[in-house]
Amino acid sequence: MRPFTSHTGQVVPLDRTDVDTDQIIPKQFLKRIERTGYGQFLFYDWRRQEDGSLDPEFCLNREEFQEGSILVAGKNFGCGSSREHAPWALMDYGFRVIISSSFADIFKSNCYENGLLPLELSERGTARLLTLAEKSCTVTVDLVAQQVMDGQGWREEFQIDPYVRNSLIKGLDRITHTLSLEEHIGSYENERDSRS
Amino acid sequence: MLDKIWERHLVYSQEKQPDLIYIDLHLLHEVTSPQAFEGLRTAKRQVRRPDLTFATVDHNVPTTDRSLPIHDELARNQIAALRENSKDFGVTLYDIDSAEQGIVHVIAPELGLTQPGMTIVCGDSHTSTHGAFGTLAFGIGTSQVEHVLATQCLTMDKPKSMQIKLSGNLKPGVTAKDVILGIIAKIGIDGGSEHVIEYTGDAIRNLSMEERMTICNMSIEAGARAGMISPDDTTISYLLERIKTSDINNSDSIIDNWMELPSDEGCTFDRVIEIDAESLEPCVTWGTNPEMSIPITESIPDPQDADSPEAQDAMERALFYMGLEPGIPIQNISIDRVFIGSCTNSRLSDLQAAATIVNGKKVHENVKAMVVPGSTAIKKQAEELGLHKIFLDAGFEWRESGCSMCLGMNPDILNPGERCASTSNRNFEGRQGKGGRTHLVSPAMAAGSAIAGHFVDVREWLD
Repeated sequence: MRPFTSHTGQVVPLDRTDVDTDQIIPKQFLKRIERTGYGQFLFYDWRRQEDGSLDPEFCLNREEFQEGSILVAGKNFGCGSSREHAPWALMDYGFRVIISSSFADIFKSNCYENGLLPLELSERGTARLLTLAEKSCTVTVDLVAQQVMDGQGWREEFQIDPYVRNSLIKGLDRITHTLSLEEHIGSYENERDSRS
Repeated sequence: MLDKIWERHLVYSQEKQPDLIYIDLHLLHEVTSPQAFEGLRTAKRQVRRPDLTFATVDHNVPTTDRSLPIHDELARNQIAALRENSKDFGVTLYDIDSAEQGIVHVIAPELGLTQPGMTIVCGDSHTSTHGAFGTLAFGIGTSQVEHVLATQCLTMDKPKSMQIKLSGNLKPGVTAKDVILGIIAKIGIDGGSEHVIEYTGDAIRNLSMEERMTICNMSIEAGARAGMISPDDTTISYLLERIKTSDINNSDSIIDNWMELPSDEGCTFDRVIEIDAESLEPCVTWGTNPEMSIPITESIPDPQDADSPEAQDAMERALFYMGLEPGIPIQNISIDRVFIGSCTNSRLSDLQAAATIVNGKKVHENVKAMVVPGSTAIKKQAEELGLHKIFLDAGFEWRESGCSMCLGMNPDILNPGERCASTSNRNFEGRQGKGGRTHLVSPAMAAGSAIAGHFVDVREWLD
């Protein structure tokens, strides 16, 4: 997994709540058997108008946000399906951080597996960033210090599970870590199998 | 019950680290597994417990004549990949032509694979379905699928517990689907976030296993990690019919073990919500997430009445997408399509409930309606009971089993602007096809709407 320590980038505002995984990556693009190449399909339907042309109003299509690498959105981001294609698409598009006041559980854990940071900020902080981003803003997300700041004096701390934080910073491979506990797995398994 | 199951599966626990828990049953399907197997190959790893791993094809299989080749090349490749992966890694696959094939969350209980006290995972959010048997069952992403394939374990923190107590009795004509839609409307699309919901109370005890599965299935639509219902006599009699006798040479001790699972009298939950079962009515969703539902007797709500500017914005956006105006009685809304199927509502009792309404009537001339049984076995049972004749005579299409129009990964999709009464679980924008407008309902309500051409209160049709 790609380690994450700190990232500075432009913020893209997606002022919608309950953004579901069907919007992040519509189902017709889930038929690939690779982990890559999904960025082109990110928010596919929202990016397009009825006639199929790109909607110039949608945040990802706006010229001023072409360099964006931090997405900020309303509460409960990533609800719905367990498809890991959602974080794959966000990362493949170029996002490194998603900021919201809350995330759906499975989406959040899928982000951790891929080194994409789902950053839970206060509702006030999220609302502030949504407004600031409209006028274009760049922020630094420092996972080590657990702070997000805009270089203009605004700074907010955020909470994250210490184990998750450490894993992201080190880019820890979870399977390798679990396999190092083989002794425990083996003994649990022996006991389990003798019961049934 | 969550604590008891967690305790029984704890492999390793250390302070300041998530627990390592053992997984008893791992279910696979074609869409979220290929990258996981690829990961195993790259790292030269094996499937640790192929005997605890089962696969089927459901998400993108065609529901029309299966003797013909699959047109969609990408879908064909995914199915071929699962076939090859199952063979290479020694995993049992219920393939497209198998008598056991079906939607993964329909077949595992049907085959007796799902049993009380188990931990069950699958790369699909509706894995919560299996909680109906008193299991801890939840959806995982592809990286975790690979993790479980390689280690049969998962690292995670124990979720919080929430009790939803449904006291009293349901009114006649109110189904399990109405119960869960009513619960989601009350607690919200993220009301169960970070929690495992245990559904309790008399109204839950009186439900059949198939009805309990419908409720647990949609726990994820309230944002919950999982849903569960403790095992009782209903659970045991369902399972004893399905588990191979060779697998239960000591059935008494197994049943005793299951009956130790229910939450102890007086135990505490992190959150408790009480709902009066009598307050629930048959429901229809009007918006673009499962929280946006109203009783069939009501009208489309007005965004002006929303609690917050964000909620008002979400309601306005939903009404615009759905092509609806506030104040219209939901029963006045005409529909173009009806879909009876999905892991929520495609079991035999669902088809029977729909057939009871349809019997002897005709699908409205403006409506195209289809029934997609949840498994090949259910299709066969329904045909033995003659249900297919009732549907076909009325003008429904009678299809082969699969996820079908619940998510439209196969050719079964809505056209832009088409309005559908659907027994599935998600009404997100474009879920059933780009521009399609989905209204979630119970099988009986879907059947009634197919006949009337608009939403109806089917209680008026029940004698």
